[in-house]
Amino acid sequence: MNIAVCVKQIPDPATPGELDPETKTLKREGKLILDDSDSYGVEMALQLVDAAGGGEVTLISMAPNDEVSGLRTALAMGAAKAVLVSDPALQGSDALSTAKVIAKSVERAGEMDLVLTATESTDGYTGTVPQQVAELLGWPSLTFAKHIETADGKVKIQRQTEAGYDMVEASLPAVVSVTAGVVEPRYPSFKGIMAAKNKPVDNVKAADLGLSEDEVGWKGARQQITSIEAAPERQAGEKIEDEGDAHERIVAFLEQLKVI
Amino acid sequence: MPLPKVWVYAEGEDGKATSATLELLTKAREIGDTVEAVYSGADADTIAPQLGEYGATKVHSVDHGSSLSGVIGGALLAKLVADEQPDLILFAQSYDGRDAMGRLSVKLDRPVLTNGSGVEVEGDTVAVSTAVFGGNTIVTTAFAGEKPFLAGIRPKTFAPEPSGGGAAEVVKMDSVDAGRAAEAQVLDHHVEEQEGPKLEDADVVVSGGRGLGSAEAYEPLVEELAKVLKGASGASRAIVDAGWVPYSKQVGQTGKTVKPKVYIAIGISGATQHMVGMKGSDNIIAINKDPEAPIFSVSDLGVVGDASKVVPKLIEALKAKT
Repeated sequence: MNIAVCVKQIPDPATPGELDPETKTLKREGKLILDDSDSYGVEMALQLVDAAGGGEVTLISMAPNDEVSGLRTALAMGAAKAVLVSDPALQGSDALSTAKVIAKSVERAGEMDLVLTATESTDGYTGTVPQQVAELLGWPSLTFAKHIETADGKVKIQRQTEAGYDMVEASLPAVVSVTAGVVEPRYPSFKGIMAAKNKPVDNVKAADLGLSEDEVGWKGARQQITSIEAAPERQAGEKIEDEGDAHERIVAFLEQLKVI
Repeated sequence: MPLPKVWVYAEGEDGKATSATLELLTKAREIGDTVEAVYSGADADTIAPQLGEYGATKVHSVDHGSSLSGVIGGALLAKLVADEQPDLILFAQSYDGRDAMGRLSVKLDRPVLTNGSGVEVEGDTVAVSTAVFGGNTIVTTAFAGEKPFLAGIRPKTFAPEPSGGGAAEVVKMDSVDAGRAAEAQVLDHHVEEQEGPKLEDADVVVSGGRGLGSAEAYEPLVEELAKVLKGASGASRAIVDAGWVPYSKQVGQTGKTVKPKVYIAIGISGATQHMVGMKGSDNIIAINKDPEAPIFSVSDLGVVGDASKVVPKLIEALKAKT
């Protein structure tokens, strides 16, 4: 079982985001970390490879400035290798251009049985890349998985729905997007961290993937940011300390709103 | 100038159009001369009167069988676009809507602007606005390529209003070719017992966060309070990531937007990630131990206190009243 996992390296979500006044895109300079949303896919892939009794996990990432710190985290967890696409020509890429880069990188990484992704990234969160990658590869997409198993050349998932979940099955190869929190991502061991330093990272440019400048970056995005405005602010109301009777105030407020 | 033709990718549930579909039809009437729906499902005839009532004159449909509906919906749209020439296609930012818009954007090789919190005609083009950084900044992006433009809009962005139109005419296609994508088959549906209204439709939403202390506290505090108030229970991303509750309960940037009459946040600090999904609520009540928690900056009534003490007393007091 060979699995490619898409991982995004993002600015630390704990620090407030900022827009570049010139390009009007999210500032992504400085240290980047592995998007938490992707750690579930990495863990899931490692478990599936284990269960299949062979194969390896390959990471696919597109990031500015040859960023590898997030990749090293996932390699330390147990992934075998990575494809890193880093190219100034990719600046300004939207979800579709990103999907093109990922699909070509998957093809470059060798024969894959599965591509795992998160349902959306934490910073850009367009939420369409998994389906776009699947369509570009011509594969089925099984989205919003909370459980995955593979057997006999097929993948079966529990797909999150509003009412519960659906059992969905397809033949391999396929793309599966994984919802957050469904597995406990392992902490990298000291041995894993040391080993990660020597694991192969295939550094790639857009041209190496056969993508022209018209297909990616600003030109490929075919959209233009026309304005950035502050949203109307919400005013804070009353704040009270609980001294054993705060529930009465809440009841009174709910009565005033005619909710009860 | 309104657009000549606007399409809405319609979704149904239990023989009814989803609320998000009706919201989009309402907006489509405002920005388009002709409004039509495209639907992937076996029951187009059942929901056509409702789609008509909200402004669709026609429903283009196909039965997706046991394939995923959004996957077949994307293929249906791709097949129809060349002949029908819509100017704009609106999708709900939902599970199946995301399948349909993602697939279609590749088939047409066209960008899709997602997570919209507004959509307007601007001269020759269409602009979609999106709330970023916890909703404190609105970024507006205009399409610069060819039509049709594709836009994903977050449910609860517009208020649905009927137009009083008659039933939409149903135009059925026998099947569409989705290639290997159609191989993903739904084997069965598991319905988890759910009391009360849906998260996005509820008048009262009670959400829990890390401040609950443990997964075990969610049921007796959050779910129980929601039940007493006949509301729905939600969650912050932190406890979804921790595996306490499923993704479908997540309120926030990477989850759902809710706009209930009352939103009660229990043990939620108010990360920007969460705020974007609940700031539009009519009234916000927050209970948190930390007096400096950002959630208090948007709450109408903030209680600095221990949720494990305040909430059981609140539940008891509410039960005594009914």
